[in-house]
Amino acid sequence: MKFTLGWLRTWLDTEADADRIARALTDLGLEVESVEDPAKALADFRVAFVVEARPHPNADKLQVCIVDTGTERLQVVCGAPNARAGMKGVFAPSGSVVPGTGLHLKPSVIRGAESNGMLCSEREMGLSEEHNGIIELPDDAPLGVPFAVVRGLDDPVFDVAITPNRQDALGVGGIARDLAAAGLGTLRPRFPEPVAGAFPCPVSVTLEFPGEAAPACPLFVARLIRGVKNGPSPDWLRRRLESIGLRPISTLVDITNFLTFDRARPLHVFDADKLSGGLVVRRGRVGESLVGLDGRTHGLDGTAVVIADGRGVISIGGIMGGESTGCDAGTVDVLLESAFFEPDAIAAAGRKLGIVSDARYRFERGVDPMSAVDGIEAATRLILELCGGTPSEIQISGSHPAELRTLSFRPARVASLTAVHAEPSEMAAILVALGFGVTRGLGEAPWQITVPSWRRDVEGEADLVEEVARVKGFAAIPSIALPPLTVVPRTAVDAGQRRVRLARRALAGRGLVETMNYSFIPHEHATLFGGGADSLRLLNPMSAELDTMRPSLLPSLLMAAGRNVARGFDDVALFEVAPAYETDQPDGQLTVAAGLRRGRTGQRHWRQAPRPVDAFDVKADALALLAELGVPTANLVTSAQGPAHFHPHRKGEIRLGANILAAFGEIHPGVAKSLDVDGSLAGFEVYLDRLPVARARPTRTRPALQLSDLQPLSRDFAFLVAKDVAAEALARAARGADKQLITEVSVFDIYEGKGVPEGQKSVALSVRLEPRTATLTDKEIEAISSKIVAAVAKATGAALRA
Amino acid sequence: MQDLSELEAELVAAVDAADGPEALDAVRVAALGKKGRLTELMKGLGALDPDARRETGARLNTLRDRVAEALAARKAVLDAAALDIRLEAERVDITLSPTADPLSQGRIHPVAQVIDEVTAIFGAMGFTVAEGPDIEDDFHNFTALNFPPGHPAREMHDTFFLRPHEDGTRNLLRTHTSPVQIRTMLAGPPPHRLIIPGRTYRCDSDQTHTPMFHQVEGLVIDRNIHMGHLKGCLESFAAAFFEVEKVEMRFRPSFFPFTEPSAEVDIRCNRKGGEIRFGEGDDWLEILGSGMVHPNVLRNCGLDPEEWQGFAFGMGLDRIAMLKYGPPDLRAFFDGDLRWLRHYGFGALDWPNLATGLSR
Repeated sequence: MKFTLGWLRTWLDTEADADRIARALTDLGLEVESVEDPAKALADFRVAFVVEARPHPNADKLQVCIVDTGTERLQVVCGAPNARAGMKGVFAPSGSVVPGTGLHLKPSVIRGAESNGMLCSEREMGLSEEHNGIIELPDDAPLGVPFAVVRGLDDPVFDVAITPNRQDALGVGGIARDLAAAGLGTLRPRFPEPVAGAFPCPVSVTLEFPGEAAPACPLFVARLIRGVKNGPSPDWLRRRLESIGLRPISTLVDITNFLTFDRARPLHVFDADKLSGGLVVRRGRVGESLVGLDGRTHGLDGTAVVIADGRGVISIGGIMGGESTGCDAGTVDVLLESAFFEPDAIAAAGRKLGIVSDARYRFERGVDPMSAVDGIEAATRLILELCGGTPSEIQISGSHPAELRTLSFRPARVASLTAVHAEPSEMAAILVALGFGVTRGLGEAPWQITVPSWRRDVEGEADLVEEVARVKGFAAIPSIALPPLTVVPRTAVDAGQRRVRLARRALAGRGLVETMNYSFIPHEHATLFGGGADSLRLLNPMSAELDTMRPSLLPSLLMAAGRNVARGFDDVALFEVAPAYETDQPDGQLTVAAGLRRGRTGQRHWRQAPRPVDAFDVKADALALLAELGVPTANLVTSAQGPAHFHPHRKGEIRLGANILAAFGEIHPGVAKSLDVDGSLAGFEVYLDRLPVARARPTRTRPALQLSDLQPLSRDFAFLVAKDVAAEALARAARGADKQLITEVSVFDIYEGKGVPEGQKSVALSVRLEPRTATLTDKEIEAISSKIVAAVAKATGAALRA
Repeated sequence: MQDLSELEAELVAAVDAADGPEALDAVRVAALGKKGRLTELMKGLGALDPDARRETGARLNTLRDRVAEALAARKAVLDAAALDIRLEAERVDITLSPTADPLSQGRIHPVAQVIDEVTAIFGAMGFTVAEGPDIEDDFHNFTALNFPPGHPAREMHDTFFLRPHEDGTRNLLRTHTSPVQIRTMLAGPPPHRLIIPGRTYRCDSDQTHTPMFHQVEGLVIDRNIHMGHLKGCLESFAAAFFEVEKVEMRFRPSFFPFTEPSAEVDIRCNRKGGEIRFGEGDDWLEILGSGMVHPNVLRNCGLDPEEWQGFAFGMGLDRIAMLKYGPPDLRAFFDGDLRWLRHYGFGALDWPNLATGLSR
């Protein structure tokens, strides 16, 4: 919402300058985005008198002028045909920058004649495209005074961001009311005197909203004015509109635009001679269309409210008029419309039609329903003043939609909600200044507050509290510490949230770099990773690249790795701890810790040669993470299964019982190719929500440490077993042979080839034994060894290698 | 009998002349071995009369001790020389780099770090962390938060919608973390003192907007909570977060459908010299939106606004990360560029806490 200080002063009697007003507006919640003073850019350009103008001795089209600037006389070479002795113009001195052209003026010699400065055209002043001659100022323009002052351009322009609840502040009058309430001056309320009509309005208006409990257009006020003369608007009106960036069109149209911003009251003018018969206000119909004042054809349906005459739709109510019935220089009889449209109806229609207009902006936020008559009277007065004519009586169809609301208000609520303290008399004064009707209660009894028709947003006591507090000023809110709940605060995170945080630290500790990636990915990628369901696709994505909620974090990490490779980083280790989406329901969102390694295990090094990353690197990541998160790793089982985006024979799932806690593997080359990422790629995903939750413990005391003085010992076993038997199966069987004595079993060698029968492999296990009660005798060791061999043989068919 | 002092001189000289462990051992055997010269002399003691045996025995013992001493001393010298030789042979080029340290290569994303910082600070004020789903329904994201259907405030949110279900309903990506207010208030009785960090989505992209970003929501519901507490809480937070003695805050009236009164909050800062400093200067920087929870929101959650009241606020986590640590372009937060992550990221062990310092 833009307006100028001069415009504001037509509503507000104030001595405050632009800075003070800007501060006050922001303090009131009308946030000032900028205050621009056009005079500042034009400060160098002043009124000058052309004392003498004679032809340039060396150029036909140039003149040499002597210019009196009020302080000195200067010679200026000028090419304008209208430059002549005795005129007053705008002088730009040497050293200034011409705003319209950006030219930096310097003393110069033009075809042998000295020139100091310049006499300027409108285009050079940045005011218009006019460049046929220099600006001519009135004879009484005072010499040496800034041109901006003479031209009335020294009027600071405010640009204020109006929040959606404050439609009343979409007019200068409403803004003035707020400022007056805050003590910045006195409101000059302007209630236009009704204009007596000379004849009944001859155009009939019918409101047809059958079956609508709250008709989309409950009130339509019309008036015909005969015999107007529509031409360009006078300077003051043109300047008002231009100052806020609107283009003047013709007086009748300019008047409606002016009142839109002056009173937040949109109006419309029809050329009455172009109307055919009476008007019907109704819902649009499928198949109807209108060529709007924007020159575009708008297809209509039942969403829009339309105004139709005998020939069809002539205007989209509350949004935009039609071209065929618009006013132009030939307009003699004008029909004025001042209506009320339901905000929701206009919002829906505006959205559907995609039309942005000042009228829609106001109606969808809720124009003051009581302003229809005042608006038409204000417009009538301006039309009669500027265009002449004879008005009809006003014709009111329908009625005002709402009664005034009355609210209960307990003044003590101001302090209890905001901690701002104000005297009851001050509160009453603020509310009255804002237009509220105040009936104070006796003692502690609530006050009865009548809400003015223009404050649709004020619906309850809390709104009234805000009105008082914002006018009093939020600076009055004291800073008070929150009362502590406990002396030492509770733990802020729960077990799951702690796990997420710990997962990040654990993975970063293993050398992976944390990324954060968008939750949406290309649909094609989602499909490759087992997702892509319709219910997880966006209706209005930013782009096709960001249109589907990801089923896995790996495609995001793959793409990030690819971008780094493209930047010259070949060895990449990335992770993310974030959501993946199985369904669109709250329980379909999984918290996943995922990592991706690409390239080699490290830089080339003088001691240790790096190797390409593989499934075991990411298995190590996943297991380390699970261990760090408190999962009993001894009970985990790895099986050669997993999602199809992994290499079919280099992937695995890590399970605890039936619960799949993690999946890992080398990325399927076909999938990598589809994502356009190359090189060795291995990734893992740990499903954090599936991890077992530690039971709440009554004590943090750990079980007593059992130390044995007896030496542990280890024994090695080499087995021959069928190639497709998992090494882990052997290790697990060995471990199970004596759970008391055997504390650790590890696979330390795998061998196939010479000496091993075809179809078999040799698996070497190292078993650690920790005696508890007495040193093991050779016989006991032999017994346990036999047990191990038997257990492994039974479970896997392996035989001890001879 | 040979003069013992001569023998001593001879043996000690032989010990000192030994040039290696083997030579030294030969000397030892020659003197003290089974057939060594001293051993032989000892054996001869039996033939002497008791007095002579006592006297000669004592002298022989002294001699044996001195030879043993000399042997030990010589051994130490030889061992030291041998060690010197070994150490010389073990010389390395100590300027070579060790293998890379994973801990120094890993990084925590600045937003994750800031979430931990924010959690530490609000945790100290008794807040706990709540979370909710990214895919929301209209009720939790808008209606329950007092956005009437069709209200222009909804359009300010540039909402991403998911494709409609068969029954015509459609989900959306939450445009703010506020729906978790609703979920929490519906799930259990007050008092509530929560922060809600998480991912949020709006259909927007430029240097300071990305289609996904992070917010942290705050919610305090109790019997006597007012805007003074809101101001005190936020000022304490901001001073702790920006690690300055004190910050000054400015509350400006504003509008959010789910709070009444509503305020936008600016903090005083100094932007001279291309960096932002808080707690000084004459500029104001908008940092968050806040207000008292709207009575309609409380009612929508089954709470009586006459009994319960409180405040809520919402703040951009990426934004405060930018303000504190300086990355200029929001889009880079989600690009995964290793150079950016190494520069703006944090070490695994930099876990923020108030006792030992929020950041290094």
